[in-house]
Amino acid sequence: MTMSVSLFSSLPPLSQGRSPYPGPRVVREPIDRDLDALRSGGEAAFEALIGRYHGPMMRLAMTYLRDRGAAEDAVQETWLTCLKTIERFEGRSSFKTWIFGILLNVARARRRKESRILPFTALLRRVTGEGRGPTVDPHRFGGDGLWSDPPDNWSNIPESRLLDRETIDHVRAAIEELPAKQREVVILRDVAGFDAGEVCALLAISAANQRVRLHRGRAAVRKMLEEYLK
Amino acid sequence: MTCKEVVELMTDYLDGMLSTRDRARFEEHMTGCDGCKAYLSELRTARMLMGRVASEPVPEPLKAELMSAFRNWKSS
Repeated sequence: MTMSVSLFSSLPPLSQGRSPYPGPRVVREPIDRDLDALRSGGEAAFEALIGRYHGPMMRLAMTYLRDRGAAEDAVQETWLTCLKTIERFEGRSSFKTWIFGILLNVARARRRKESRILPFTALLRRVTGEGRGPTVDPHRFGGDGLWSDPPDNWSNIPESRLLDRETIDHVRAAIEELPAKQREVVILRDVAGFDAGEVCALLAISAANQRVRLHRGRAAVRKMLEEYLK
Repeated sequence: MTCKEVVELMTDYLDGMLSTRDRARFEEHMTGCDGCKAYLSELRTARMLMGRVASEPVPEPLKAELMSAFRNWKSS
């Protein structure tokens, strides 16, 4: 399989706001700790690197693939491709963006193969349902557009309950139930920690699309939490 | 702005994507609206909890395969 490793070579630099205080021009060489860990670090550094990204990579791969086994295979292929092609990595994006770009290519290629095997309906639910309309039930507002049924205040919920394993499991399940297009944006933004510009570049979507999908996804996860924490 | 409008702008607000004028109107609404304050705080909580979903150990067989590939790559 041919893997496009120069996927991001044409990307513009990530947007950086203009400083309100013009000062001497300093050319900064960004430090990419992940890249340093891979190139100069030992086994412990590599093990820490794969450990740090394993969760987000698995979640993203499972957006495209049918089960954990298939997602693990995609993660494995991603790291092997990384080791094979790292010498050609030009550093025009962060290492993290680059490795997730490889994963997206691998997972999508594997999904195309899967789609030739799985019945059409098995895959259909994964791509439809982007959704339109309000993210909060309109019945919760009065005719004046103000809350008639406002959200509960969570400030009284003990932190131990918010952060317990069962809550996190519910959040994970809620993410998995999102329509695929919302799920991939939510995973990249809120699980993997990419910023908006990086997600637009990775998924080749507009800033407006990114925001709509993220907002709908977050609103759906919040709604699930509201029901769970009642 | 109404609550119904404000809730749909919250992700744009958190990402700093509102125009100066809309941001001012948004914040003015928030000052006097406990319902919208609670909703924004809950979206932030949802985002924070999603960040915690990330942690997942690498299964041992996969780790062994990758560490072996890393050793081969280092020695080549």
